[in-house]
Amino acid sequence: MAATLPPPRLLPSGDSAITVEFSRNIDDAANRRVLALDRAMAAEPVTGVTETVPTYRSLLVHYDPEQIDFDKLGEKILALAQRPVPATTKTRRWRIPVVYGGEQGIDLEDVAKTLNTTPDEIVARHVAGDYRVAMIGFTPGWSYLSGLAESLHMPRRQNPRLLTPAGTISIGGVQTGIQCLAGPSGWHLLGRTAVRTYQLHRDPIFLLEPGDNVTFTAVDAKTFAEQDRAAESGEFIAEQIAS
Amino acid sequence: MSKLVIASIGPASSVQDGGRPGAQRYGLVPSGAMDRLALAAANTLVGNEPFTAAVEVGPFGAKFNARGGAVRVALAGAPRNADIAGRAMASDTSATLADGETLTLGFARGGSFSYLAIEGGIAGEPMFGSLAVNARAGLGSPYPRPLQAGDELQTKAASGAPEQRIELPAATDAPIRVVWGPQDDEFADETKKLFVDSEWKISAISDRMGYRLEGPVLRHLHGHNIVSDGTVNGSLQVPGNGQPIVLMPDRGTSGGYPKIATVISADLGRFAQIPAGRAFRFRAVSMAEAQAEARKFAVLLRTLPERLRAIEGVDLNIDALHDANVAGHAVSAVDAGTWHAESLADIAGPD
Repeated sequence: MAATLPPPRLLPSGDSAITVEFSRNIDDAANRRVLALDRAMAAEPVTGVTETVPTYRSLLVHYDPEQIDFDKLGEKILALAQRPVPATTKTRRWRIPVVYGGEQGIDLEDVAKTLNTTPDEIVARHVAGDYRVAMIGFTPGWSYLSGLAESLHMPRRQNPRLLTPAGTISIGGVQTGIQCLAGPSGWHLLGRTAVRTYQLHRDPIFLLEPGDNVTFTAVDAKTFAEQDRAAESGEFIAEQIAS
Repeated sequence: MSKLVIASIGPASSVQDGGRPGAQRYGLVPSGAMDRLALAAANTLVGNEPFTAAVEVGPFGAKFNARGGAVRVALAGAPRNADIAGRAMASDTSATLADGETLTLGFARGGSFSYLAIEGGIAGEPMFGSLAVNARAGLGSPYPRPLQAGDELQTKAASGAPEQRIELPAATDAPIRVVWGPQDDEFADETKKLFVDSEWKISAISDRMGYRLEGPVLRHLHGHNIVSDGTVNGSLQVPGNGQPIVLMPDRGTSGGYPKIATVISADLGRFAQIPAGRAFRFRAVSMAEAQAEARKFAVLLRTLPERLRAIEGVDLNIDALHDANVAGHAVSAVDAGTWHAESLADIAGPD
């Protein structure tokens, strides 16, 4: 008999959304439950639910209070959250090329110094990782990946940069990430990818889904430049590989 | 085809509609009008669907020229002086510009955003079902950025329908209502009491991403970093300096600061219109009350056509005089002048 899963906390986010919280921390088991509940709510839609937004540790459920109220929706969510989390779910796996260091990864050398090793070793550790898209958030396509090796954990920068380039691959805390659009970031910039996780006028516009698996592969600057041109004209560049 | 050509326009003005919900799981925020009731009222006046794209005019003035034919428009939201070729136009009314005429809008008085709806809507290419501008994501049509002088908004020729006014519920200065959560347990009871017992002001450094508040410092129980979770319009997040930021329609879809409370959906538009520097208060209400208000607000939006009235000569004159400041309103350049379009990006980065 399966053990009863601890129920998530139902936290009000105003009158039209519920935060379904499985953990307060970055927690792989909690993230799996978030993604499982997200899939369950897609498979068995609850009347009045308009949109679900998975994050590391919670699922934000947007709803229409004209169609269902907080208490009734909460009951339905708790029932769905009691379903056992599937041990293996079919997920896609992507290989994403990255040019590390130099002008495309201006923090690589400092990261190596801070962690008492060489830039090559940092790259080796980063490409050795097997990552999962834990959430996509903040700005379009910004993909937060779980699974960063402990030997790459380090605090974020004291002073966030106001502008970091599109396609930046960075690490911060216990996470690594793929940043699609240029924007602010307090993470350490290891490199860049030509892959656009968000690109208008391409099908699909959003390449990655929460729950997808990701590995990185190192490419040189010349390859990056070629891939960047191809990506601009709509090519995925990211390779989908067998799981 | 008729068009409105923008002769001049201040910052923080853009094409907005009901927004594009549905892709927040990919980090794409819906955007859309800051004051949904005002957008819907303006559209209703010219016979459009309530969330048709319109011009969201920021706190400063603007001038529009009709070209290629007559253009019928309506104005709602923040009160401001308006005239068409010298004929006063009141808020919450429709009016028609003859070909070649100019509509001149003054500074907002006692509010921030007005909505200029255009009969027949604005021609554009919807992305995710919306023309709303989200400049960071490169979205919005006909221009994926705030409006500038020289921009042209294509529309249909005016129908010649009689002009109308709309009777909206009376404006109120009542406290902005919130429900606690999702992270009010990150704050001591005294801090929550301080939040609802204090006067607050909206900082001049505010924009469509978020309104920064000025008031007492709200201290966290366990520090200001939480693991990112989802945000909504009206999320009241409290960063390290203890000065809350209310997230608005161009917010990040996730955020890593504790959220003490959330503005109820029925009060969001009213909150968006509070001018920078004016004191106001919050009041915590129950979930039941918040949801009852949300349902009442939805009914109000659906029944706007029942609030339309024919414009009679006398009414028009009184409204026009009132709006032209003969009836005791002083034009407040301060309201508009203190409101800047600076980015919140520096404090709202990923975490």
